[in-house]
Amino acid sequence: MANTKSAELRQLPAASMTKATLPGAKYLIIGNSAGGIAAAEAIREVDGEGPITIVSEEPYFAYSRPLISEYLAGQRSLDSMLLRQPDFYERNKIEALLGTKATRIDFDRRLVELEGGRRLAWRKLILATGGAPIVPKLKGCYREGVFTFTTLADAERIGQTLQRGCIAVVIGGGLIGISLAQALVHRGVAVVMVELMDRLLATALDAEASRLVEGALRKNGLEVILGQTAKEILGRREDGRCVGGVILQDGRTIACDGVVFAIGVAPRIELAAGSAVTVNRGIVVDRRMATSCRDVYACGDAAEAYDFVHKTNRLIPVWPNAVAGGRVAGYNMAGRPTRYEGSTGMNALNCFGLSVVAAGLVDCKDDPTCEVLATSSAADGTYRRIVLKNNRIVGMVFVGDIERSGVVFGLMKDGVNVRRFREALLSPDFGLGALPDDLRRKRLPLANGQRGGASGNGG
Amino acid sequence: MGCGLCEVYCTLAHSTSQDVVKAFKRERPRAVARIRVERTDGLFLPVQCRHCPDSPCVYACLTGAMHKDPWTGAVAIDPDKCSGCWTCIMVCPYGAISRDIAKGIVVKCDLCPGRDVPACVANCPNEALLWAEDGPADQRAFLARTAQERSGG
Repeated sequence: MANTKSAELRQLPAASMTKATLPGAKYLIIGNSAGGIAAAEAIREVDGEGPITIVSEEPYFAYSRPLISEYLAGQRSLDSMLLRQPDFYERNKIEALLGTKATRIDFDRRLVELEGGRRLAWRKLILATGGAPIVPKLKGCYREGVFTFTTLADAERIGQTLQRGCIAVVIGGGLIGISLAQALVHRGVAVVMVELMDRLLATALDAEASRLVEGALRKNGLEVILGQTAKEILGRREDGRCVGGVILQDGRTIACDGVVFAIGVAPRIELAAGSAVTVNRGIVVDRRMATSCRDVYACGDAAEAYDFVHKTNRLIPVWPNAVAGGRVAGYNMAGRPTRYEGSTGMNALNCFGLSVVAAGLVDCKDDPTCEVLATSSAADGTYRRIVLKNNRIVGMVFVGDIERSGVVFGLMKDGVNVRRFREALLSPDFGLGALPDDLRRKRLPLANGQRGGASGNGG
Repeated sequence: MGCGLCEVYCTLAHSTSQDVVKAFKRERPRAVARIRVERTDGLFLPVQCRHCPDSPCVYACLTGAMHKDPWTGAVAIDPDKCSGCWTCIMVCPYGAISRDIAKGIVVKCDLCPGRDVPACVANCPNEALLWAEDGPADQRAFLARTAQERSGG
């Protein structure tokens, strides 16, 4: 990226880059975001000295990807996007090969090939490669002004093209599409959001919560088109190389200056493809976050890890799970046996001031064994939905007053039977104080330093 | 007894004016209390951040704002990094993190930097709240250091 503002985030590992052969790493981490950093920190907790190398094709210190939205909105500096202090790599004795792509891995000889042909030996490896945004191959999708939105570079590109007064079409009404739309609105860009499903955030929320989010977006000037997607991207009349409009499947044409695809991410599994590492949709890992290949681990958006609600391994591309999986992998890599507790789909968002938290199985139309408890108040715009299965919480949605959603999340995570107090779950005052005495004492140890079931073991 | 004085003194301690009348009557927005007394069927339960050794909020934080002070072990928030995404709220098993809606960030118990004893403990008339220290470092030294930084800055 030519932008000079980015220079402060960029590390130029000139010394190590010039060597033809690099010294081997005991721990090789591919990926420098949530999962990779969590793995590095966990390794260092156990092993203070073993050489760690992080390889990342992005040229920056680890930054918070979710913040690219605030960056695009002009609300955040690059400095405050750093995930860790700038001396993180040095202090933790991590060699960071940033702006360096790993092109191939030899799992038998334990070598990774880097861009330019240099090779690096490793003893333990973690693939924290993340996901890549999906762009459908439509007519016209090569045009300038077609974007995705998952990296800082994406935010820079979009910012250069879409200025005040422009019109943007955002394809996809999920979390990324919505955070992007908010940033564009702040920039003074008119946004048309197009979602294929009949509601927004269809995989994260139930229909009622979707409706509330849609209301918040419309109130802030967005046009929302449901049940549609793009069929073709048109060029501009005066310059066909640039985007001038979008044709939807129903034939409607929307004139615009840019199109952003936010229809999801696909796990980046290319380094594992064709190897001894078992790959399903993502890289398959066990409860230690280990792959089928000895000493090779995976986490984050690239991996299929355990979901404690669905009770199976699946792709859950959300940040907290990447961190949780990365930590477990890191401990195991460094020789501290640790079991992944599992996680589940979870999303929190602040959509133009509307607070939303949702986790687990929020929609259960197909499952007759599920029970739904729900309450809403038009007066203060709150909505609360709890999904139960055999008196255990398997899903939750909070809109508006979200502050004690974590108590419910904890009960869900620990599989607590809620039969004795299930009516209280929907109360606006619900919290630890509403639990039966025995359960409350277990979940809220009174003496400092004691640990109850509530805080989990983090591993 | 459910008097709620801990909430009042927490708001006061985090106010700009440090004056109880101004803190409640004048300051807009009013400082958010970091402790909450839950009142259910005659039970009064003060809930605040437990500074968990294994902190779900720290691991879930999308920005690095929620962190563990390497010296004291306290869980702390960097308000400049917090983006108000509420992910930490979703995973706190105690419900101990609050939204400061006016500032668009989360707030929670910060152990009252600059005070020997947190305001809620110091002003609890029934000694229901206690202040105890453990962990690897000397909390008092931490508080004193923080106090100096605050007065210096």
